Amino acid sequence: MRIAITLLLLVIGTVAFHIWSPWWFTPLASNWHAIDTTVDITIWVTGFVFIAVNLFLAFAIYRYRKRPDQPDRKAAYEPENKKLEGWLTIITAAGVAIMLAPGLLVWSEFVRPPQDAAEFEVLGQQWHWTFRFPGEDGRLGKVATQFISEKNPFGIDPRDEAGLDDILVSDNELHLPEGKPLKALLRSKDVLHNFTVPQFRVKMDLVPGLQSFVWFTPTKPGKYEILCEELCGIAHFAMRGKVIVEPEQAFTQWLAGKPTFAQSQQIAAGDPVKGQAHYATCAACHGPNGEGNPSLKAPRLAGMSEWYLKRQIHYFREGIRGASPEDKLGQQMAPMANTLPDQQAVVDVATYLSALPEFTPLTTIHGDTRRGRHYYVTCGACHGQQGEGNFATNSPRLAGQRDWYLKQQLLNFKAGLRGTHQKDSYGHEMLFMARILTDEQAIDDVLAYINSLDGVHE
Amino acid sequence: MNHTPIADQQEGLHHPRSFLTKYIWSQDHKVIAIQYAATAIFVGLIAVVLSGLMRLQLGFPGSFDFINPSSYYQFVTMHGMIMVVYLLTALFLGGFGNYLIPLMIGTRDMVFPFLNMLSYWFYLVSVLILLASFFVPGGPTGAGWTLYPPQAILAGTPGTDWGIVLMLVSLAVFIVAFTMGGLNYVTTVLQARTRGMTLMRMPLTIWGIFTATVLGLLAFPALLVSAIMMLFDKLLGSSFFMPAIISMGEQLEHSGGSPVLFQHLFWFFGHPEVYIVALPAFGLVSDIIATHARKNIFGYRMMVWAIVIIGGLSFIVWAHHMYVSGMNPYFGFFFATTTLIIAVPTALKVYNWVLTLWQGNIHLTVPMLFAIGFIFTFIHGGLTGLFLGNVAVDLPLSDTYFVVGHFHMVMGVSPVLVIFAAVYHWFPKVSGLRFNEALGKWHFWITFLGAYAVFLPMHYLGFLGVPRRYYAMGDTAFLPDSAAGLNASITVAAIIVGVAQLFFIANIFLSLKRREVSDPNPWGCTTLEWQTPENPPAHGNWGEKLPVVYRWAYDFSVPGARWDFIPQNVAPEQVEWADRSLAPADHLPRHTGTENQSPDETDSSKTV
Repeated sequence: MRIAITLLLLVIGTVAFHIWSPWWFTPLASNWHAIDTTVDITIWVTGFVFIAVNLFLAFAIYRYRKRPDQPDRKAAYEPENKKLEGWLTIITAAGVAIMLAPGLLVWSEFVRPPQDAAEFEVLGQQWHWTFRFPGEDGRLGKVATQFISEKNPFGIDPRDEAGLDDILVSDNELHLPEGKPLKALLRSKDVLHNFTVPQFRVKMDLVPGLQSFVWFTPTKPGKYEILCEELCGIAHFAMRGKVIVEPEQAFTQWLAGKPTFAQSQQIAAGDPVKGQAHYATCAACHGPNGEGNPSLKAPRLAGMSEWYLKRQIHYFREGIRGASPEDKLGQQMAPMANTLPDQQAVVDVATYLSALPEFTPLTTIHGDTRRGRHYYVTCGACHGQQGEGNFATNSPRLAGQRDWYLKQQLLNFKAGLRGTHQKDSYGHEMLFMARILTDEQAIDDVLAYINSLDGVHE
Repeated sequence: MNHTPIADQQEGLHHPRSFLTKYIWSQDHKVIAIQYAATAIFVGLIAVVLSGLMRLQLGFPGSFDFINPSSYYQFVTMHGMIMVVYLLTALFLGGFGNYLIPLMIGTRDMVFPFLNMLSYWFYLVSVLILLASFFVPGGPTGAGWTLYPPQAILAGTPGTDWGIVLMLVSLAVFIVAFTMGGLNYVTTVLQARTRGMTLMRMPLTIWGIFTATVLGLLAFPALLVSAIMMLFDKLLGSSFFMPAIISMGEQLEHSGGSPVLFQHLFWFFGHPEVYIVALPAFGLVSDIIATHARKNIFGYRMMVWAIVIIGGLSFIVWAHHMYVSGMNPYFGFFFATTTLIIAVPTALKVYNWVLTLWQGNIHLTVPMLFAIGFIFTFIHGGLTGLFLGNVAVDLPLSDTYFVVGHFHMVMGVSPVLVIFAAVYHWFPKVSGLRFNEALGKWHFWITFLGAYAVFLPMHYLGFLGVPRRYYAMGDTAFLPDSAAGLNASITVAAIIVGVAQLFFIANIFLSLKRREVSDPNPWGCTTLEWQTPENPPAHGNWGEKLPVVYRWAYDFSVPGARWDFIPQNVAPEQVEWADRSLAPADHLPRHTGTENQSPDETDSSKTV
């Protein structure tokens, strides 16, 4: 009895939950409304079966339960009923066909991208998105894993003329034109990833060693999130990106601001002598040898990776870092970064600093290194087992940095003072990670462990 | 072919002489079954704890500092693998298969008792290797239970030093164990049935276990080779699954392999694996429903054919797990079609369970409650499978919580409810004791309602677009704040369900301690295992003489019969009639209809 009523209530409850729950598809932002229609058909068919069969089940239990007032009642004896079984087979097959047919029709569209679809490339790596658009020739250059390097992160074949004008988008913000069919060619450098924008409905894996694709027409201007939906390691959940769908003109403008492959190969090397001259201003706070200064809260710069120094100075200059009024120290640094006259000066300073001699800073933070080591398992995936940093994961060196500075930055990340700026795509990932350190003790523990690292890559 | 000599062979039985040979190095299928079941339930409890830890992180992110992304992915992986392989497969086939096959088909033991014993000990070794990975440097693998390369063996994933190696070795050992057991089950069913036990008189439990075992013998080799190939890639530097790769900025030596090849091999095993778990559950629950509804299973022959057809089709649907894997998208047409076709025989099974209840005399016992719970969750899980199997509908839902909700409903909750139904149903047979009914009912209500509260909302997180295998969502613009609230409520429900399993454990131990002796056939079952001369059955099962089978397993409430069940081993002339005039013609002596041949006529015409 109770179970029959429970089943009835579960059916009613499930239907009510379905109707009134606020958790439903995000508003569609692509051409794939046919997918939503197929989902609707499936919901109607399966919903009908769910209600009908369960109500029948509940009624059968209610009607034919053993009752004390009918001790002698016996069940019926009916081994089979071919006619009924035949009808049930036919009806079920029909229901299945009603769902399958539209599904296959939609799929036949999905597997055949329109001839005029504009191609672009999505390149995944642990745990970052980058993108490549064809240049004026309308063709993407050939790529191969063997060409991938710090200078050529896309692995474009330098001998292929078609690749020289390819436009490279190295951060994880993708702009797309509205209303045009697009074919995303998907490629991975390392492990499986998956390119998903929930509002577009379609998704596809990125597989190392082959190229897959997914096509769609963005129909609604706006900002959407890219999620990696194929488990790709420790930072899988932090592998996010952004898509901004905008009118074609704005898109073209955005694209024009991105370097071509040929341009990316021409950036001049930094000049350490000029860099030393520019550094004179900085030395007041950061110390004559870039060793940092505890009383002024200026971090160590000596021996930090050139790419990281360049990026951070650039961030300060652009207001991407030090933008929050609550980040007082960051706000102090922003105008100082702007005293460098131009981009070349930034490169020169970075080159100079990265070559300054090593030293071991004083330890000021103490904690439980054993617990710290436990936390560091996650950190080490990007920053390296010895805290040496890794360009490939966009992660700076930690070993040898001033511990009070690292603590300040971790607190900033946790408080949303760093990594929240729209353009700070690398900092955004760190935002997820900093939250793993639940309290100040955890920060101290992990820093105590980092203090014990030598920063030498094994 | 007359199978009786094999069924009755005594010389292979190795009567136990000491405690060690009776309970530890036993070759008795019943002891081995209990060893299998106890081990499986033990690792299953570990997996339950792991799921609780995962839920804590998902429900209350950032509150537990011992759960970092690395350990989270390790919990996910170990939970999945333990549940699917080391609990469900081992318990249904090694546990129930071992216990019930010889008893239900009327033989004295498995045909290869020594191999059967070895099977258990290999299984135990595989479990120990698996658990050892918790204690090695770097911990167990965190590659997800699907172990997709290249990720599974590359830096950036937890447990790539030792964990993944132990996992692959453990799987290989498990498959060896399964093969030894599986060959035994298949051979025993085909060769050792007692007189009169034709294939079409076998209880559906045996049909389910038998077909699942055949599937296992054909599917597990695909996993075995992929495990060995991945071990080669990891340890010897081969490139079966490894293309040219830049890992963490460094060029690897690999080139030319295909990660998609692994997925094909894995799912060629992985999809039949779903049915390796589901078919025994279908069989067990059919017998439980018929018994407790006091009614014959509706459409027995169709039920048998449905099991066989589902088993066959399960080998040509595997790539529906790979619609968005980057394989040639044209495969989608074929696999979506085969997948949805499989819904037809599956739906028929559901109809037949419900129609078995119709006009029954339903005893709402603890096993029956669990069986009804199973019908409900299986309907739900089966229907959501129609979303994911239909390739276009899969696009927005693949890799989201909809998938997690679906497969937990259909191959987590549903088979586990059957396991509980079956444990309560056969407990009086296995132990000879009664269990506490009130505790059993509490266990049912909390588990059933709690599990639905856990997994129904997950489908809606999936519609919303929440990806699976995310350690934390963080700030994600399209997610309303209420999604976090929903996740917290799922966690609370999950913890309650997890703790409620103590009712089950307590019930077993209390019942063993109280020793209230059960009636030898308390539910009024027709199948042979309830007709043994001793309860629980002694070594050799049948005393002097093997039972002889005269009828199918579902003679419940036969019109005119005095009692509402007629056991399979009751000869037509022994049936007690209250009103002989009502008796179906084929139930009276000297008639040789399909349902009720005399045993001597059966074997040559009706079997393999």
